[in-house]
Formats: sequence, structure tokens, C-alpha cells
Amino acid sequence: MSSATALSWFARHELRLAWREWLAMMTGGRRKRTRAAVIGLLFFAAFLHVPAWAVIGRFADLQLPLDKSSLIVISATIFLAWTLMLSQAIESVTRVFYARADLDLIMSSPATLANLFSVRIAAIALAITMMALLFSTPFIDVLVIGGGARWLTAFGVVVAMGLSATAIAIAVTILLFRLIGPARTRFVAQILAAIIGAGFVIALQVAAIMSYGTLSRFTILTSGTVADHAPDVDSIWWWPARATMGDSEALLLLLALGLVLLGSVMAIFSGRFADTAIDAAAYGRSGRRRAKERRFRGGSRQQALRRKEFMLLWRDPWLISQTLMQLLYLVPPALLLWRSFADSSAALTLISPVIVMAAGQLAGGLAWLTISGEDAPDLVATAPLTPSSVSRAKIEVVLIAVAVIFSPLVAALASASPYQAVITGVAVIISAASATAIQLWFRVQARRSQFRRRQTSSRLATFAEAFSSIGWAATAALLLTLPLAGLISGLITASLIAITWKFSPRRE
Amino acid sequence: MVAGDAKPDGVAVMKPDNSALEVRGLTKRFDRLAVDGLDLTIHAGEFYALVGPNGAGKTTTLRMVAGLLRPDAGAVSIFGIDALDDPVAAKQVMAWVSDEPMIYDKLTPLEYLEFVAGLWGIAPTVSEPVAQELLSSLGLEAHRHERCEGFSKGMRQKVALAGALVHDPRLIILDEPLTGLDAVSARHVKGLLSERVRAGCTVIMTTHILEVAERMADRIGVIASGRLVAEGTLTELRQQNGHADTSLEDLFIALVTLQAAA
Repeated sequence: MSSATALSWFARHELRLAWREWLAMMTGGRRKRTRAAVIGLLFFAAFLHVPAWAVIGRFADLQLPLDKSSLIVISATIFLAWTLMLSQAIESVTRVFYARADLDLIMSSPATLANLFSVRIAAIALAITMMALLFSTPFIDVLVIGGGARWLTAFGVVVAMGLSATAIAIAVTILLFRLIGPARTRFVAQILAAIIGAGFVIALQVAAIMSYGTLSRFTILTSGTVADHAPDVDSIWWWPARATMGDSEALLLLLALGLVLLGSVMAIFSGRFADTAIDAAAYGRSGRRRAKERRFRGGSRQQALRRKEFMLLWRDPWLISQTLMQLLYLVPPALLLWRSFADSSAALTLISPVIVMAAGQLAGGLAWLTISGEDAPDLVATAPLTPSSVSRAKIEVVLIAVAVIFSPLVAALASASPYQAVITGVAVIISAASATAIQLWFRVQARRSQFRRRQTSSRLATFAEAFSSIGWAATAALLLTLPLAGLISGLITASLIAITWKFSPRRE
Repeated sequence: MVAGDAKPDGVAVMKPDNSALEVRGLTKRFDRLAVDGLDLTIHAGEFYALVGPNGAGKTTTLRMVAGLLRPDAGAVSIFGIDALDDPVAAKQVMAWVSDEPMIYDKLTPLEYLEFVAGLWGIAPTVSEPVAQELLSSLGLEAHRHERCEGFSKGMRQKVALAGALVHDPRLIILDEPLTGLDAVSARHVKGLLSERVRAGCTVIMTTHILEVAERMADRIGVIASGRLVAEGTLTELRQQNGHADTSLEDLFIALVTLQAAA
């Protein structure tokens, strides 16, 4: 086999693996679901056109040349999408380093490793770009339908963004490996991905609150101050915005830049990619973190279970990054609370749904980890405890964790508006309890490491959990503004949860 | 420290004799009959090896005994406790070790043992020295404060075994405990099990390594197609099969072939 043939064979192999991983994630590993997954995805993509139309439909008529404010808004939106891609790319690269089980085979093959890993880097870039294209297509479609074929160049911008995001993600991850070693990189990369993914929006919101007392990030983007400090309209900083709107020259330059960036990363890092992957794999075998020496602690059997769950949650890198992200999202409303404290502004009402939704989502994740993600199910099942006492101990852990995180916010809210604090506190409890109950009804035995794929085990549970959080958040907001509508919203959400329970699998 | 020495309140007593485990008419069907009306009696203080070909029903039988699987029919009694009627009391006196060590990657061996002892309600003053001693005798002393995430399969299996022993069970059920262990680790485990049997503990173990069954077990049960096709000491099995000097491997093949033909 010639070198070129070997590379194209390896590229096909990588793409096949990426496709199957994605398919397994969509179908929960059940082959029979493939058709349903494809149909569901098409429906989802079609449905996405509706919010896309609502969000950016009015911008379809925009034409070049644009004023600075418009360029700033479009560029910021593109940059936001790029940060999300970068966040996704960092997670993908880390996963490839730690999870792929074919390193021994690749390393022992007679092929040139640098070439093979270049292909692997390209495959990551392709996977990231495809995913971004999938999600951006409805938005670009809306612009093309409303504003004409010139918007088609936006697809090219997405490709350029995918290439550059992958290149930077690989460089950042490998540098992290070299700087802090494989033991910490996985954890730090997850935190970094969370911060990058949420950071830009939050930074804009924080700036808007500090300057104008509003949560709207557009307020800061369209302000005169930002326009005054922005570069001239013909600056290269506006290339992405201009390329999106049909400037083919800017698009070609962007694509070239993306390709050069990825090519440079391949040339510089493909050799180190191999070393890094080996280090990561070796870390799995030999890297060991030590715990402090301490005496055994007493207590009831349920206490032992709760202690174990707390310890595992505390040591879970996903949970730390997820909680950090939840807390990051709570920074703007907390800031708003602080600024509006004196005048009891109506903007305060916005805080409640954010807190309630965050509590529901966090509780859902925690409940999956404690209830379904039990790594030693046989041990717990053969312990002298009734199944109900095991479930009770695990549910208590979820609710205690949620209470610890959200109580300070509700307490702060109580100082500004006791009534709102009561509504928010009750809604937080109901939202967390609902998400936990859904996870309990739809529990399936899984390993904690499968957390990323938890949504695939039951679509119904996934949607029910999301609707429950949104429903209780809406109920809290409406109770504060239109109490009757709040009651109706609460009844609808409770009915949805009851229907979910009705459809949950029967157990002995 | 024996957690199960005092019989828990409200225990449903089936038969007050010296049997550690009594199984009667145990039946389980999945898409086919996995266990077919199995009867089994294991005496207290006995080392019993259950051998059989793949898919014979060994693991299914033991999972039903351990309370991990509900039988379709039959009765299971552990030291006179009806395990189906009062599973919590039955579980208090037994331990289960599966072939795939299930431990927590983010806990250290010592933390894992603390958790297991807590689940069985053993006082920390009792369980801590036992845990230290177990880790030491299994060659894990140097790793007792390291998280298990980087452990080899053999090390994980030893941690799981230590977990099964830390609450001093009266009946230990092991499903292929030596799979994946190196020679030194296997010797550690065998030594520890023999020691427990000498101390009066009952051990029931499935294994594919017939040499282990031949050397360690007081009695051997051969299971095929969900039924016990032969049982006894090695000498008794030889006599039943009419070959005085044959190995367990030959006996096993002869019995299984006979069952398959039937």
C-alpha cells in the first residue's frame, strides 16, 4: 500500500469512527433507532428554522456597506459562535487524547505517525465543522430565503471558523499537556471549555449591567462608546462580518487563513500529538492521585452512601465544570440583583427564572450521576439496605447539593424582595425535585463516564427534564408578574410531569 | 466484628441445620431456560466450586442467590434466612464478588473499604484495622491512598475482594474471581480464601480454571443447561463416572458431553 493510499484509508477509518460515535450518541447505541434518529434530526433541523426566523429574520435585508454598529453586532455574533465551536473543539480534542483505544494499534503500525495524526487532526476539524454547519444551516437558510443567495457565503465562514477553532483547540490542549501534565489537563480543559463557551456572552451581559443596568448584551454592542473605540469599517477585523454578507474576497481570505492555521498546527503539532496521546494513555495506566490519610468515619448505612456520593460528586471533573458554568450564568443576574438592590427594579424579576432553570438543570445532571451513574451497582444491590433507602439517600444528596448552591442566591434575593425569594425558593425546590424524579423514573444502569451520552437512553426523559426546568422557570416568572398565568403555567408543567411518569418504564 | 453473628430481628427461618446455602427448585428463564429447577446444598465452612461450560447457568444461579436477580420460581435459604422473603437480613451475612471488578475510580482502596464497611454497618473502630490488614495481605498497602482510576484489572479485582471481606461475611459468593489476575495475585487471593474457609467461612465460587477447583474445593458441582449434573468431592465424582484416576478436566468434558447428548 502506498503512503497516499494508506493515508486515504486511515482518513476513511477516522471518518467512519466519527460517524459511528455520533450515530451511537444519537441512537443510544441501538441500531434499530437509526432511521428514527435521522427523521428526528430532520424534524429538529426543520423546526430550528422557526426560532432562527424569529431571531435573525429581520437582518436578512442588510446590505454592505454597513455602519460600525451593525458590523459590531454581526461580528460579535460570529465571535460568539466561534467561541462555542472552540469550546466544543477543546472537549473533542481532549476526548480523543484520553478515550481512543486504538493507540497501540496505530503506534505499532509501520505508517508514519506524523501523517496519521495529521489525518486525525483533519478528521477532528471536519467533525467540528460538520456539527457547526448542522446547527447554523437553519439560520443561514433564513437569511438566504429572506435576503438572497449572497448569504450562502456564510456557509464558507462557518467552515473557516471550524478550521481555526480546531487549530487553536489542538494548540491549546497540547500546550496545556506540556505545561501542567496529563493529570491536570483533562480537568483544566473541561473548565476552560466551559468558560470559553459561556464567557463571551456573560462578559457582554456584565458590561451591559455595569454600564446600562440591563441584561441585554445588544445594549453594549450598539452603544456609541463601543462604536467610538471600534476599528474603521475597512479594517480586517470586519472580514468575517463582510464575508458572511457575501463579500467573496473576504471569504476567500478567511478560508485561506483557516487552512493556513490548521496546516501550521498539523505541521508543528502532529508529532507532539502522538506524544501527547501516548502520555494521556499512559496516565490512565500509571497516573495516580493520592488522597489524604484520615480515620474511618462512623454513621448509618445511609450516611455512608451519602458520604460516598458527595465524595464522588466533589471529584467529578464534569460536575465541577458544569457547576462552574451554572455559577457563571448566575453572575449577570446576581450582579443585576446587586445593582438593583436599592431601587427594587422590575429587572429583578428576571433573576427568578434564571435561578429556577439553573437549579432544575443542575439537579437533573446530579440525579443522573447519583442514581443511574452507579459504578458499583452489584455492591450497592448486595448491601443490606432496601432499594428504597438507597434511592432516598441518593435523592437527598442531589437536593442537598442544589440547596447548598442556590440558598445564598435566594437569601440575597430575600433581602431585596421577600415575596420574590419565597416564590423563587419554592420553584427551585419543585424544579430540582421534578428533574430528580424524572431521572429516578427513567433510571438505567450506566457508568459515570457515560454522562455525555445520558440523553440518548431516553429521549422522553431528556425532553421532559428540559420542559420541566423551563416550565417551572416560566411559572416562577409569571407568578411574580401575572399570578393567574403563573398558576396555569404551573398546572401545565405539573401535568407534563404526570404524563412523563405515566410513560416511564414499570419497575418491580 | 462479625456483622451477621447475631441473627437480625424478624428473620424468616427456613431450616435450622448446618447448611450455609440451600437452593430448592431455582428456576430462571430469559429468552430460554437459564436455570432449570436447581437444587443445591452447601454446608457451613465448606469451599464449593461450581463449574460448567459457558452459558450453563452458573452466574445466573449465583446472581439469584446474591439477590441481584429475582428467580421465576424456587427458594433460597442462607443460614436459615429466606433470602427471597428477607433479602436485607440475608445480605447482611454474605458478600458477592463478580468477575468484572466494580469499584469507584475516584475513591482510594481505603475509602472504598470505608464505604463498604459503612454499608454493612460495621463500626469504624473495627473496620479500619481490618481494612488495613486486608490491603496489606493483598499487596495493596503501598496503593491504599491512591485513587483506583489508574489501577490494573488485577489490582481492581483485589480491591473488590477486600471489599467483600471487610465486613467479615459468613458466606462469600465469587463469580470467576481469578479472571485476569497474574500468578502472584491469584496466589494472594487463593490464600486469602483458604484462610477464610479455615476460619469457618463458607465460599462458593464459579471458575473456568478446573485446576483451582480441583485443588481448593471441598466439593465440586458440575452444572450444564441450568441443571446440576454431578456433585461431590473429586473422588466421589471419579467414582460416579467410573474412572478412578482421571483428571477433573476429563471428568468435566465427559459429563458435559453426556448432558449435551441427552
